Amino acid sequence: MTLTAPVPARTSQQPAASPRRPVRPLRVLLHVFLAMVALGWLMPLALAVYASLRPYDETARLGYLSLPEHLTLDYYGEAWSQAELPRYYLNTLVIVVPGVLITLMLASFTAFAIARLRIPGRKTLLIVFTAGNLLPPQVLLTPLYTLYTMVPLPAWLSDSQALYDSYLGLILIHVAFQFGFCVFVIANFMRTIPEEINEAALVDGASVWRRYWQLTLPLCRPVLAALSTLQFTWMYNDFLWALVLMSSGDKLPVTSALNNLRGQFFTDYNLLAAGSVLVALPTLIVFQLLHKQFVAGLTLGSTKG
Amino acid sequence: MAVKTRRYSARDVTILVIGLGVAIVVNVGLIWGPTLASVGLSGTDWNGIGPIEWIGGQNYADLADEYPPFWSAVRNNLLWLGFLGLIATPFGLFCAVLLDRRLRLSRVYQSALYMPVVLSLAVVGFIAQLVYSSDYGVLNAVSGLTVDWLGDRSINIWVVMVAAGWRHVGYVMIIYLAGLKAVDPALKEAAAIDGASESQTFFRVVFPTLRPINVIVLVITVIEALRAFDIVYAINRGRNGLELLSVLVTENIVGEASRIGFGSAIAVILLAISLGFIVTYLSQLFREER
Repeated sequence: MTLTAPVPARTSQQPAASPRRPVRPLRVLLHVFLAMVALGWLMPLALAVYASLRPYDETARLGYLSLPEHLTLDYYGEAWSQAELPRYYLNTLVIVVPGVLITLMLASFTAFAIARLRIPGRKTLLIVFTAGNLLPPQVLLTPLYTLYTMVPLPAWLSDSQALYDSYLGLILIHVAFQFGFCVFVIANFMRTIPEEINEAALVDGASVWRRYWQLTLPLCRPVLAALSTLQFTWMYNDFLWALVLMSSGDKLPVTSALNNLRGQFFTDYNLLAAGSVLVALPTLIVFQLLHKQFVAGLTLGSTKG
Repeated sequence: MAVKTRRYSARDVTILVIGLGVAIVVNVGLIWGPTLASVGLSGTDWNGIGPIEWIGGQNYADLADEYPPFWSAVRNNLLWLGFLGLIATPFGLFCAVLLDRRLRLSRVYQSALYMPVVLSLAVVGFIAQLVYSSDYGVLNAVSGLTVDWLGDRSINIWVVMVAAGWRHVGYVMIIYLAGLKAVDPALKEAAAIDGASESQTFFRVVFPTLRPINVIVLVITVIEALRAFDIVYAINRGRNGLELLSVLVTENIVGEASRIGFGSAIAVILLAISLGFIVTYLSQLFREER
């Protein structure tokens, strides 16, 4: 039942290879195959970058798969200024940063209560929370939409004066939807922390909050790092919630705003490619920098040692 | 252990009630409440404003008989599931098995394979247009064909599934790779000493130990197939051959006609399918616990 930490990635590989004598031709074949797959996998993204660097009339004349006559960064400038991408990045930030923080706060406390305190019904709670995360969003979309239009908000919180079309509404649904997964992963992780620490604190008369905030949470740093990376990516990539629960075009997060680069009658795909690359960039950077945390987050929920 | 129950001070109880209370209210209010409401609304003809009238199973009958997109959506969702489950998932497993050995450049291959996982499906949809565009897309340029890959309703679902599979393979590979690394190497050594070939070792020894991972991957695959939405919506709003159940639900609220009751009926069908798999998954997850 314990969740193994994501560390043993490399160590376990050594013993398998050493006793056998290496079969060279097969090795080469393996490399050729994997290299081809890897290249094939990178190709679409490389193509998007390539297309974004070429003027429209050139690709319209020669197709996307042709040698460049001109390379230009103009489309990036255009996507950046004309499509007002900075504003949409900011919108995303306003939604994602509180979204990740609140989700992790709420989920870690709930996980602590479930994994460490013998509260009644803890297993039922965990099952209900985890199941909620697995539902397809469309299952609850219709009533949620109706609910959002009916809940009033004061004007200082949302200029739409309702949960619908407000940042708060989007943050809330992200929190609610991602919460179950986080509780599950954090609770599993907390069970691997030796109980003695907690018991010693209990003997010393430490309060629930102190045991959560000062004793347990600091030990959960690896899992919190993994989950925040993953949650950032998921919330950033959201398309559906914003599409349904937002109506003002200027409040959309950046992923949904990409649609704005599509013209009414004519779409300049090179511009769209530049926009796509710009939109993909933050998650690609996060992935490159926090690659270990990202993979850990994805596998934490699924591997149980 | 039982001693603990009485150790909570009044302040402890307050904090617990507030913390768990918020969690439960958010979860029930925004997830399970609306889900149940979908079930209730699916028996009504509500349009979002007027009075709510109970019409029983009428919406379901209309769905089956008078709403052609429904059956093409069902067909497409099944195709999607079949494609991810029978092609993308096994390919992800295959790559994981190949990468689960000491290989130079293994990290590079892995990164390339799972890079699409961090991309938003909407972005994947836009990139797909560059590849498949009929006039100057790469696929036609390379193959010399002049097929309208995304516009022809008999083939567009297939090429879109390939784009979705592009992302799914990496996801599955990461999960299997983690599972394979957790397999005790002694098992493989023992099999090798007994003279088992590499494929025998895999199918008879390693694969059976991956059972929990298999269930998880199966559920992820099903859920992904049911959730599929962004990519077709980014391409053509899920019309003209790209209908999916998720799109139909969305269309019935954001679209011109707000048919809450009707949309809910489609949502309930999605719910019924997914619940079966969710229950399987959870019973697998929670089996070892008391």
